Amino acid sequence: MSTSFNPQPANTFRNRAFIAGGVLLLVLVALAFLDSHQFFQAYLVGWTFWTGIAVGSLALLMLQHMTGGGWGFVIRRVLEASTRTLPIMALLFIPIILGAHSIYEWTHQEVLEQHPVVAFKTPYLNLTFFIVRAVVYFAVWIALAFFLNRWSLAQDRTADVRYTKNMRVLSGPGMIALIFTITFASVDWYMSLEPEWYSTIYGFIFVASWSLSALAFVIAVMAWLIQEEPLSRVVAPLHFHDLGKLLLALVMLWSYFAFSQYLIIWSGNLPEEIGYYLERTHGLWGAVIIAIGILHFAAPFLFLLSRELKRNPRRLVMVALLVLVMRMIDLLWMLVPAFHEHRWIWLDVIALLGFGGLWLGLFAWQLAKRPLIPINDPQFESVMATDVHR
Amino acid sequence: MATTRPPLVHHRRHATPLYGVIAEFEGPADLVHAARKTYEAGYRRINGYSPYPIEELSEAIGFTHTRLPLIVFIGGVVGALAGYFMQYYIEVIDYPLNVGGKPYNSWPAFIPITFEMTVLFAAFSAVLGMLVLNKLPQPYHPVFNAPNFAMATRDRFFLAVEANDPQFEHDRVVELLKSLGAIEVNDVEV
Repeated sequence: MSTSFNPQPANTFRNRAFIAGGVLLLVLVALAFLDSHQFFQAYLVGWTFWTGIAVGSLALLMLQHMTGGGWGFVIRRVLEASTRTLPIMALLFIPIILGAHSIYEWTHQEVLEQHPVVAFKTPYLNLTFFIVRAVVYFAVWIALAFFLNRWSLAQDRTADVRYTKNMRVLSGPGMIALIFTITFASVDWYMSLEPEWYSTIYGFIFVASWSLSALAFVIAVMAWLIQEEPLSRVVAPLHFHDLGKLLLALVMLWSYFAFSQYLIIWSGNLPEEIGYYLERTHGLWGAVIIAIGILHFAAPFLFLLSRELKRNPRRLVMVALLVLVMRMIDLLWMLVPAFHEHRWIWLDVIALLGFGGLWLGLFAWQLAKRPLIPINDPQFESVMATDVHR
Repeated sequence: MATTRPPLVHHRRHATPLYGVIAEFEGPADLVHAARKTYEAGYRRINGYSPYPIEELSEAIGFTHTRLPLIVFIGGVVGALAGYFMQYYIEVIDYPLNVGGKPYNSWPAFIPITFEMTVLFAAFSAVLGMLVLNKLPQPYHPVFNAPNFAMATRDRFFLAVEANDPQFEHDRVVELLKSLGAIEVNDVEV
């Protein structure tokens, strides 16, 4: 059995993704001359969605190292490839620092003078500390991704079981570090868009969102990869069943966090908090949140209750793609109302698609570099013995 | 091989009512293998007994569909509606209270209890539905007449072919089970 796959389709896909992403990002940069503020804001939205998939993949990678199981074994190389995009996404954070003045109100001296509450937060919310913290987050994420990828590859070469133990030992504390850094990163990068507003569950919404985006993405990639060897010989309905169950759990986790925040702020109805939802539940955004409630929670929830659907990759991938699209829409709903000026929403859409092409190209490039199956993993025998029709 | 096989021990001469024939196996793999072969031989009224759940076993004896998920789903829907309308009745109809100037029918405030009631009803439906579908509690079951059957809770694995199977023919079933590696095959009386 061949454990590496024919990289030709991945390379074709990579080239097309790079071209499409490159063209769209050039269009976005050209539009920066029309309105540089909106350019940087749209840049943040596009960058966030795809970086979120990479960071979420890191969470799932560590999760499967800690739990073990066939579902984790078969998606491991996809997760690893996704985390290897992090160094480049970290470099692409630099324009966000350069454009901080267009994105973050707390960088404006006159805002600090008019709003004492924001001025009070300047020991934390100032550009120098913002940059230092961002460097720390990326250092943690890239270090975790680096070691997990390095040991995984070393095990392919040496068949040493010690690496499995190393990865497991790193994943426990790594998961704690990851959840802390995502929490702080989401406060810094997104909650501070409205510097007077705060919510303590905000970080967890991002932890759940990014893991959910990553899982939906992985399911979509798996449905594509099982059409050919070697995964067509390995991945069974049983594995999709497990991934589907995890998708259902994360859809519910995201709904739980997102609704908790709404319930508490709605109950309290305090002037400094409720503004967040007033903007987001009226007019066009009000229609969007109803669509999110139906298509991001109710529909995936009901579909994913079905055992037959979860075991059928062709149907499961439809739900996963729906979740991915709704993740984009939910991100727009969370971030765009924070930018107060009149907005061209299509700029955000171009940024989402442009970064999508770029990131998918990076992902396909990384995916083609290594065998799709960790051949010397101790679970190899037992997963290979699984009947592909189960 | 077939010619050297010792004669079958259990010839039934007197027709005491028979529940079926039970075979005893030493390991889970033997049991699953035997169950699969027995199913393939056309027997449908078969059942496996083991000290712990064996994932493949239910599929091996042809038990692939259960109505339990539907029962749980209906239970959940009933729980959700009951939870919501209980609060609606209390807050809007029976004893309207102005809480923080919010509308009486404040759906966000009703969600936690609606959710809990959904889980509660779904969980009860799962447990009770399981008992009903399994026809439990059952004070008497013939399979306990089988010798050694108490070992099914420790380290023995059993496969029963019931006498009401349309294909059931005592001697052929005994022979089949022996050929599948059973360490002992016994009749089970009703």
